[in-house]
Amino acid sequence: MYGFEALTFNVDGGYLEAIVRGHRAGLLTASDYNNLCQCENLDDIKMHLSATEYGPYLQNEPSPLHTTTIVEKCTLKLVDEYKHMLCQATEPLSTFLEYITYGHMIDNVVLIVTGTLHERDVHELLEKCHPLGMFDSIATLAVAQNMRELYRLVLVDTPLAPYFSECITSEDLDDMNIEIMRNTLYKAYLEDFYRFCQKLGGATAEIMSDLLSFEADRRAVNITINSIGTELTRDDRRKLYSNFGLLYPYGHEELAVCEDIDQVRGVMEKYPPYQSIFAKMSYGESQMLDKAFYEEEVKRLCLAFEQQFHYAVFFAYMRLREQEIRNLMWISECVAQNQKSRVHDSVVFIF
Amino acid sequence: MEKFIENLPPMDLMRSEKMTLVQLIIPAESSHRAVSYLGELGLLQFRDLNADKSPFQRTFANQVKRCAEMSRKLRFIKDQISKANLLSSMRPVMQPDIELEELEIQLAEHEHELIEMNSNSEKLRQSYNELLEFKIVLQKAGDFLVSSGSHAVSERELDENVYSNNDYVETSSLIEQEMRPGRPDQSGLRFISGIICKSKALRFERMLFRATRGNMLFNQAPADEDIVDPVSRETVEKTVFVVFFSGEQARTKILKICEAFGANCYPVPEDITKQRQITREVSLRLSDLETTLDAGIRHRNKALTSIGMHLVKWMNMVRREKAVYDTLNMLNFDVTKKCLVGEGWCPIFAKAQIQAALQRATFDSSSQVGIIFHTMDAVESPPTYFRTNKFTNAFQEIVDAYGVAGYQEANPTVYTVITFPFLFAVMFGDWGHGICLLLGALVLLARESKLSTQKLGSFMEMLFGGRYVLLLMSLFSIYCGLIYNEFFSVPYHIFGGSAYKCRDTTCKDAYTVGLVKYQDAYPFGVDPSWRGSRSELPFLNSLKMKMSILLGVVQMNLGIILSYFNARFFSSSLDIRYQFVPQVIFLNSLFGYLSLLIIIKWCTGSQADLYHVMIYMFLSPTDNLGENQLFWGQRPLQIILLLLALIAVPWMLFPKPFILKRLHTERFQGRAYGILGTSEMDLDVEPDSARQHHEEFNFSEVFVHQMIHSIEFVLGAVSNTASYLRLWALSLAHSELSTVFYEKVLLLAWGYDNIVIRLVGLAVFAFATAFILLMMETLSAFLHALRLHWVEFQNKFYHGDGYKFRPFSFASLTEDED
Repeated sequence: MYGFEALTFNVDGGYLEAIVRGHRAGLLTASDYNNLCQCENLDDIKMHLSATEYGPYLQNEPSPLHTTTIVEKCTLKLVDEYKHMLCQATEPLSTFLEYITYGHMIDNVVLIVTGTLHERDVHELLEKCHPLGMFDSIATLAVAQNMRELYRLVLVDTPLAPYFSECITSEDLDDMNIEIMRNTLYKAYLEDFYRFCQKLGGATAEIMSDLLSFEADRRAVNITINSIGTELTRDDRRKLYSNFGLLYPYGHEELAVCEDIDQVRGVMEKYPPYQSIFAKMSYGESQMLDKAFYEEEVKRLCLAFEQQFHYAVFFAYMRLREQEIRNLMWISECVAQNQKSRVHDSVVFIF
Repeated sequence: MEKFIENLPPMDLMRSEKMTLVQLIIPAESSHRAVSYLGELGLLQFRDLNADKSPFQRTFANQVKRCAEMSRKLRFIKDQISKANLLSSMRPVMQPDIELEELEIQLAEHEHELIEMNSNSEKLRQSYNELLEFKIVLQKAGDFLVSSGSHAVSERELDENVYSNNDYVETSSLIEQEMRPGRPDQSGLRFISGIICKSKALRFERMLFRATRGNMLFNQAPADEDIVDPVSRETVEKTVFVVFFSGEQARTKILKICEAFGANCYPVPEDITKQRQITREVSLRLSDLETTLDAGIRHRNKALTSIGMHLVKWMNMVRREKAVYDTLNMLNFDVTKKCLVGEGWCPIFAKAQIQAALQRATFDSSSQVGIIFHTMDAVESPPTYFRTNKFTNAFQEIVDAYGVAGYQEANPTVYTVITFPFLFAVMFGDWGHGICLLLGALVLLARESKLSTQKLGSFMEMLFGGRYVLLLMSLFSIYCGLIYNEFFSVPYHIFGGSAYKCRDTTCKDAYTVGLVKYQDAYPFGVDPSWRGSRSELPFLNSLKMKMSILLGVVQMNLGIILSYFNARFFSSSLDIRYQFVPQVIFLNSLFGYLSLLIIIKWCTGSQADLYHVMIYMFLSPTDNLGENQLFWGQRPLQIILLLLALIAVPWMLFPKPFILKRLHTERFQGRAYGILGTSEMDLDVEPDSARQHHEEFNFSEVFVHQMIHSIEFVLGAVSNTASYLRLWALSLAHSELSTVFYEKVLLLAWGYDNIVIRLVGLAVFAFATAFILLMMETLSAFLHALRLHWVEFQNKFYHGDGYKFRPFSFASLTEDED
């Protein structure tokens, strides 16, 4: 299959690749961000966005605008584009596109379960869910009392069902359990997605394995940092790392025993691609790590567009749009709260 | 000659309007009025002097935002009106002009009112829906309970007073009433009844089954009435369900699932008398609610209609305001911040009108200071503006689609008006089809006033826009069709009898030996006797082919002559001497000569082989022509022409770039300090004005450019002439196609004595004529005519590197712009 994509790819995927590249051209550029950062209030942001592809989605919003409205409408645009692409897609691209949303599905499940645990209103929680990760019976999640029920009642119908095989316990749900569940699910999801991409072969496998490895490694680092000082045992921690990626397997062994952030840093600096990320931070600091990872991710995602005839552009586009929405949210929040000096703290320029 | 050309009256469309760059200095207090008067006039194109500023940093960003907000409200109201199925009244109500501020307040009020009414009616509808659902549940679930009543020991009891003492609004709390915990001491079978969307019913049942591990009984029945969703106002099909279960835990689970699925639960009393009583009460309250709802809707509709009367006017007004502020945003504040400075292009003839409008604005806003309006000189090329009318507009569009003419460049539209439909008709020559097209064009013209006001689909709009093109195309088709003597491929003796007749009265050798000529030639067009003869095709092909070449050479010559007029107009004698002259010589010594031969051959009826003449003119020009000689002195003439053509090629290639180089060096000789001077001059130049710098002279670039042009012309002379043969090819294809449909479909079907076959044949013929000959062929002939104009004709002289004049005008604001 490898090397012959140019011959057959356009039969099924050509139209959608053109669409997604067209969408990518609509991503906000650095000059857009510069203009946005100069805005005085949310109406200015709306005015600037109305000249971009977000225009039609924001034009009917009444004037005292909220950050949530902006984010909601921008997400709506992403969802509309995604749904359009999904409608047009044929196998295996449609499965690939569906895989992209599973991450959001996991997040939504965790959100609802945690929310019900803390006695929140289900409908309120549903509004907070990411629309890409919605499934039919998501509201029913509130009924479940433990993992087993969760699986048997609701999730068995969803694509997440196979990922659950590792975390079915009869234990009652609590915060720790849920977090472990999230990471176990994510691990299973990433591994499954990775296998799927390998099966597709060609440039898709090559580029996606790079992107997914990065994702897996980032999760491994985050799990390690977040679990420092908790009662999670080393073995349990080790179990949450995905079984692929640049760190697998030796890096994982080392990460599993880390006790503080500097040890993590020591482990990661052995890997050249991550050296530059950690080199930017001073010792003992972990706040800027997220941004550094995001920047690295955006760089890699942009590179995915350099090659043609593969599916990774869809993944890259969705991720870039999500990053853009995060940027917009941050900028809008900063503008709304008059914290304009902090605007650049978390904005990741895409181009 | 020079004199004669000088004295020609100026052609209207030949050159675009003379434009001038003007500067306006408008006192701030009269700026708004001045700009809106200019918008009404629509003859001034503003230049954006703030291109580097983002939209919200401009001076009038706030006003633009307010306008956008108002148009949002107007859109909301319009949306409401169309949702309520009210027609926004077409007759605009005469009403004194209101100020924008007032409108803003009014709009805010209206919007607020509407939103309030909507939320009220939504609440009402919600409770109405609940009652309706309750009624349906009572009916349906009652049936289940009766049928299963003998087994089910239901412990549900309802307090009657719940339903009797409160008014209908409180019934929205029905769900809560139902959710009161059941009495814990009771066990056994219980039930929950409710209603759910039909699409969710299956999944709901499955979920219930799983949650209760199968310990439940699910009954469902479709609701008879559709429920209208209060938010989206769409009707939803619903299903009534009754779940029987046992145990308290199952009950909480089921209730949670009900909530998750958005199923509304309603209690149904076991007792039939109670059921009847509640049903009665519910129905009573339903009818109450209905009247309230109706009254609400009537009230709302009334409000909407009263707004709807002004809606169109308001929308127009807001659109105009927004356009005015957008334009004001393009102006600069001067140093004192009291005046706005604007620059723009206007046609020279409009200066007086603009000045008058500005004076009016000063007067109306009772400003102390007048508006200063003066012309500036510009380096940048002005926009191109042709004053077209509804007839010439479509043709101008055809030319503009290729490229907008440079400022004051010769406009091919002048000739395209006639040549385009004519070349189309050469390919589409059939007066039957022409009449069909003419009828279509006439229908469009007759309904012109009606169609021009309404919104058309994209296809219809295209057709309507080109209605005059269509008219001319059809007229010329009829003309060419008469020349070709084709009417749906049937020949007619319109202009007298044929010049040929059979040799004897039996006419039996007409198709073997041939006919004899017995009278003068058929007076107009092709003799109908050619039809069906063995030599029909060779005769028509030769005729059409030669005609195509003649037309092509004439049109290409016209193009070259236009390049002469361009060169004269821009007084570039270089172009005349080293481009126009050799081009004329080259084209005419080869293909002009061919045209001459064709005409001589037609006049003399000679048998000479023109291919042979042309080919051997190149291969062996000195050879004797033999029987192909058409006139005395042909051989020396050919040699001279060939030599001329050979000379013409280097003539158009070499001199021009070298002369340009010499001129350039001469200009800078003795001006060694020239460059320093310019940098000082740059300081004087106003920062934002249209002045530019000197162009650099790059000899190799100029030379390569000239080489490309020369090669293109030399090769193009051959390929373009050949390209005109498409006139013949398309015309042949058209006549052959119509012959096929006529003979192989219509005549074949007519041969049978069966009415069905005849009808089918007629139908096929009609469809083929309409869709293939009238639509597809029209389209293809149109495209080929387009190509001949764009490529073969216009590349001889047309640069098309200008940009269109887009004046700021209220008339050009369209509805979908906001």
